[in-house]
Amino acid sequence: MRSESSPGDPEKERRKIKCVKKMKDIMIGYYMEAKSAAATGKKVAWITSGGPVEPLIAMGVIPVYPENHGAMIGAGKMGVDLCEKAEEMGYPRDLCSYARADIACSTVNGGPIGGLPKPDFLICCNNICGTVLKWYEVQARYYNVPLFIFDTPFIHTEFTNEARTYVTRQMEDYIMFLEEVCGIKMDHDKMNDVGKLSIQSMKLWQDVLDTTMHKPAPMSAFDAFFHLALIVTLRGTQIVVDYYIELLDEMKQRIAGEISMVPDEQYRLLWDNLPVWYKTRWLSEKFASHHACLVADTYTSAWSGVVHLLDENNILESMAMAYTSVYINISIDRMFEKIKTMVKKYDIDGMVMHSNRSCKPYSFGQYDLRKMIANEMNLPVLIIEADMVDERSFSKGQIETRIDAFMELLKQ
Amino acid sequence: MNALNIFHETANNLYACAEKWKKATGKKVVGYFCTYAPEELIYAAGALPYRIFGSKGNITLSDSHLQSYCCSFARACLEEALSGKIGFLDGTVFPHTCDTIQRLSDIWRLNAGFSFHIDVVLPVKLNTESAKAYNTDVFKKFKKDLEAALETEITDEKLRQSIRLYNSIRKALAEIYTMRSELPEIITGKDMHAIIQASMVMDRNHLFENLTTVLETLKGNKGSTKKSRKKRLVLAGGICSQPDIHTIIEDSGGAVVWDDLCTGTRYFSGKIDDTPDPVKAIADRYFERAVCPAKHVSNTYRGENIVRIAKERNAGGVIFLFYKFCDPHGFDYPYMKSYLDKEKIPSLLVEVENQLPADGTIRTRLETFVEMI
Repeated sequence: MRSESSPGDPEKERRKIKCVKKMKDIMIGYYMEAKSAAATGKKVAWITSGGPVEPLIAMGVIPVYPENHGAMIGAGKMGVDLCEKAEEMGYPRDLCSYARADIACSTVNGGPIGGLPKPDFLICCNNICGTVLKWYEVQARYYNVPLFIFDTPFIHTEFTNEARTYVTRQMEDYIMFLEEVCGIKMDHDKMNDVGKLSIQSMKLWQDVLDTTMHKPAPMSAFDAFFHLALIVTLRGTQIVVDYYIELLDEMKQRIAGEISMVPDEQYRLLWDNLPVWYKTRWLSEKFASHHACLVADTYTSAWSGVVHLLDENNILESMAMAYTSVYINISIDRMFEKIKTMVKKYDIDGMVMHSNRSCKPYSFGQYDLRKMIANEMNLPVLIIEADMVDERSFSKGQIETRIDAFMELLKQ
Repeated sequence: MNALNIFHETANNLYACAEKWKKATGKKVVGYFCTYAPEELIYAAGALPYRIFGSKGNITLSDSHLQSYCCSFARACLEEALSGKIGFLDGTVFPHTCDTIQRLSDIWRLNAGFSFHIDVVLPVKLNTESAKAYNTDVFKKFKKDLEAALETEITDEKLRQSIRLYNSIRKALAEIYTMRSELPEIITGKDMHAIIQASMVMDRNHLFENLTTVLETLKGNKGSTKKSRKKRLVLAGGICSQPDIHTIIEDSGGAVVWDDLCTGTRYFSGKIDDTPDPVKAIADRYFERAVCPAKHVSNTYRGENIVRIAKERNAGGVIFLFYKFCDPHGFDYPYMKSYLDKEKIPSLLVEVENQLPADGTIRTRLETFVEMI
């Protein structure tokens, strides 16, 4: 997550996003509440970042996200130690670094917040990868708690009717599971309210992201990586809605005041894949030094990209459809269609793909995507190989050279 | 043993055998990945189900599609397609398993150029009623897709014939395995490997006849086979494409008496019931047989299963064959090992690529392991 730059430089101060402080406070409050759940008698569920969290909110369960925790570990540069610990436990180094860090963290209560609160149960939705299934099985054994798997069939060429029936039935299975582990009935009125708030916050988040359509962009993808935490962790609550209203307002003011994130923005880039959490600031400054702003990315819009599929009058069923249709659960040709739309929408000059050793479903296919983008859109694409949390897979010198060469190409 | 020649000949000449079959019959050959592909339907459609094992030799063409951190199995399979080595295939069937195969399917569909491509997007959990219903729906859809692609009708009668044949094949394979478990010297690991590999590509009627001959020959040899002094081992993992590993194990004084492999017991375990709905019966078999780590039946199933196999087969140790960059197996290994440790069953992790490395490190490690047991 983004560190604040040195105080005192009025130009830098002016460009800082003021909401950052509030966002940090909300996240601290959220983790404090989660960590004191045992004392307050609330139940804690660990859930994958792309999982349907709304029923948990409606049931009064505190959702906790190991992936968000993984991002904090990465940003706090604590990833290598924990990953190595997992490797000592017998997990191969080539597994997802979120998973390795989290599995190791559970045994030592390490990381930036001394470990996550113990889960009462686990909710795993495989719309982001198959890795979460294995990761959550590990944690279900470690904590000896029930695991619910929300299985979202991958969309290669079509979202089949068979899959529709299956995910709809699973939403019923999911509610039944929750009623059993929580010992209370679902309040469907409350569920509808949560659904409405969730839809509202997704729309607001997309509005925030869309402010970068303005030239110059009032924020960058690096800011989106930071402000994303709320749509991931607390969607379905009023807090998120209020916060994004404020953030959107600030972005509009920045546009009105001609305050851009990158001084003298000349090149507009599209980022693909998860952030390199321990190097966001370095990457952000590197691109800014070339007057390039990463104005959009395929990652942070994953939480709002399917909002059009949600129907507040039929929230549970439409959620099942929407959660199955997220960006990373679709084929690369479908991804290409989305990229094309984004390139036009944000007036993109080039694309930067993070070939992320930790995330095979996001990274495999990038070479083919690069070809499609180059051939059909005549857009240059830079691929940098790294890892989202494990710094051992980041070669600074090599990446710097490649970014410089790519920017020279763009400038021609 | 003469009865085994046909299996070795097939396993050593996969492409030529399929091409020969195609030329002789004028029928179609359908490539498939892994044992989650419902072969029974492909065979009932009059086509030859051909399992894709991946190219031997250097991998070059895959490099422009798959990163270096992709497993060598996926890279070798794509190489086989892009190089034209399996150009005789009329189409490919991709069952959904791991993240890598999921993306390989996209890359394959966009680049390999076969006339049809069918994704069979199975559920990942095989333990709930809704998943079971979905699984049947998926196979029913697959039947329709396959009928359209091959321009044929898969009648219930043809399907029942195919099911009966597959049940017989699986039963024969299981009998050979059981015999080997009782008398490890009766057949070598390399022979067993050839039988399994050939079983996945041969004309299945022809296969069954040959399996029957092997079985009869083995039964006849029972009396004259000496009792084995070799250390009894179980092989666990995904696909085994390295027949030499068996020879190394045997040279080291070990014998594989059972396995938990996709190219092994997972291929033939589970019987398809004779019920009024044959497609459902095919689908339901997957809810009964052992799963691979890309599927879920419980949090502890695979750990308990490997312990059960080792005990049932009176094995002194377990060898895990691990493909570098394989996520599902990588996640399962530590807990499966710990379950074995608890029972004081030694195990060894051997990292392999689609081909064994030329140096002797694997041999040294296996020798040490077998000696230790």
